[in-house]
Amino acid sequence: MLNNSIQVQGLQKSYKNLPVLQGVDFDVKKGSVFALLGSNGAGKTTIVKILTTLLKQDGGTATVNGFDVAVKPDDVRRSISLTGQFAAVDEILTGRENLIMIARLRHLKDPNHVADELLNRFSLTEAADRAVATYSGGMRRRLDIAMSLVGKPQVIFLDEPTTGLDPEGRIEVWKIVKELANNGTTVFLTTQYLEEAEQLADQIAILHEGKIIANGTLADLKKMFPPAKVEYVEKQPTLEEIFLAIIGKKEMK
Amino acid sequence: METSNNHYFSDMGIMLGRSMRHILRSMDTIMTVTITPIAMMLLFVYVFGGAIQTGTDNYVNYLLPGILLMAISSGIAYTSYRLFLDMQRGIFERFHSMPIARSAPLWGHVLTSLVSNAISTLVIILVALVMGFRSSAGILSWLAVAAILVLFTLALTWVAVIAGLSATSIDGATAFSYPLIFLPFISSAFVPTESMPPVVRAFAENQPVTSIVNAIRALLSSQPVGNDIWIALAWCVGIMLVAYVFAMRAYKNRA
Ligand SMILES: Nc1ncnc2c1ncn2[C@@H]1O[C@H](COP(=O)(O)OP(=O)(O)O)[C@@H](O)[C@H]1O
Ligand SMILES: [Mg+2]
Repeated sequence: MLNNSIQVQGLQKSYKNLPVLQGVDFDVKKGSVFALLGSNGAGKTTIVKILTTLLKQDGGTATVNGFDVAVKPDDVRRSISLTGQFAAVDEILTGRENLIMIARLRHLKDPNHVADELLNRFSLTEAADRAVATYSGGMRRRLDIAMSLVGKPQVIFLDEPTTGLDPEGRIEVWKIVKELANNGTTVFLTTQYLEEAEQLADQIAILHEGKIIANGTLADLKKMFPPAKVEYVEKQPTLEEIFLAIIGKKEMK
Repeated sequence: METSNNHYFSDMGIMLGRSMRHILRSMDTIMTVTITPIAMMLLFVYVFGGAIQTGTDNYVNYLLPGILLMAISSGIAYTSYRLFLDMQRGIFERFHSMPIARSAPLWGHVLTSLVSNAISTLVIILVALVMGFRSSAGILSWLAVAAILVLFTLALTWVAVIAGLSATSIDGATAFSYPLIFLPFISSAFVPTESMPPVVRAFAENQPVTSIVNAIRALLSSQPVGNDIWIALAWCVGIMLVAYVFAMRAYKNRA
């Protein structure tokens, strides 16, 4: 049986003279949520692009759902979906049309039904027949993720799904990711925020200067941080809680 | 290569459907594309027309081919514009990470370009008819005219694809079309090349627009087309092939 949805070994990638990945190793267990944590420019998107067959690595191997990304890209594409760093929605089409288009491209039986279900699940039914250009950032992101769920892919990639969202939108996305995890989908997400990884992930890997410098559960990682850093980490949710209290939202879970 | 061939044409159909919605929902872009050439046509016919000696009694007939080329030259700027936005917004990455043929999204744009330029061409021909354009051409000649215009559109569309794929800003994606829009002015589109000073004339007579204009003009007025049609076709096919090769290379590298 296949226990790992993603296996990465010695992954290397340079852009011209700029080495970005210098031997990246990690595994992602089937049905788990894996967070790749790294600052801006660390190479998170580069890893996502290689794993989703958009970019070829210079060295090392990567398999997704048992298929080598370099050798069997078509099989990989059939197993995954990508929600990129920038919302990949069609602005001129309506939310419903976006979903139907993806369902048809995935050759599903009843595209209209698939669209209705996802619109409902993502609270977009009311806005379903408006052009996406009129959507808020949070709605756009929700639609973007909904489009990635069409056809129930086994592995879902979310590249900085909450960057640029307000706290409210961020919490909505978190809720969605948690639901996905409960349904047994493997989720690979990248983030710049430890807090987000902490909220969502079963396993966290930190990418720094081209290598994974830490990899494990939250408890594993906490042991590695000096106390001062833990204090800083604990501050952030407090700020958000205050913000949320002010705008009258319930405390996040 | 691509193992998704069994769905290639249905996937292309979906891409075309997407593009058609874009066109139908942005008729304003088609209007924008047609308005300048129509204004030119009005200006040349009703303001300069009396002073221009072309040796024909119907100046609208004389003008129309050049006006159509001008419209197409500005219309294809929207192809690079749409392509650039698709790449920026990441929807191409979504398509490329899905099990569909890699080139389907690109062909969607190319087909859109053909359809939208065909619509603007028809609109302009209708306006020209109101202004007094008449043609004695038979169905075969009209088909030949349509074929030349389609080839011209395809050739420039692939140029537009290169621009859209390699641009780093919206302005950069569309700027390449400005010189194309002005090419008809230094051609036989508005005045006979014989009236031009030698250097300008040499350029005018050897650039693609002149032979394309002359070929269309001859077809529409049931005159013998002579060599012009072959030169016109050679230009269109040549530009199309070269642009296609570079566009595909850019698509591979960039998207
Ligand atoms: N196409 C590219 N050409 C050249 N450099 C690139 C390209 N894409 C990314 N980079 C560089 O590679 C590094 C990693 O980028 P990226 O993977 O996007 O990081 P992250 O997603 O973690 O912010 C950055 O320094 C970035 O500037
Ligand atoms: Mg990134």
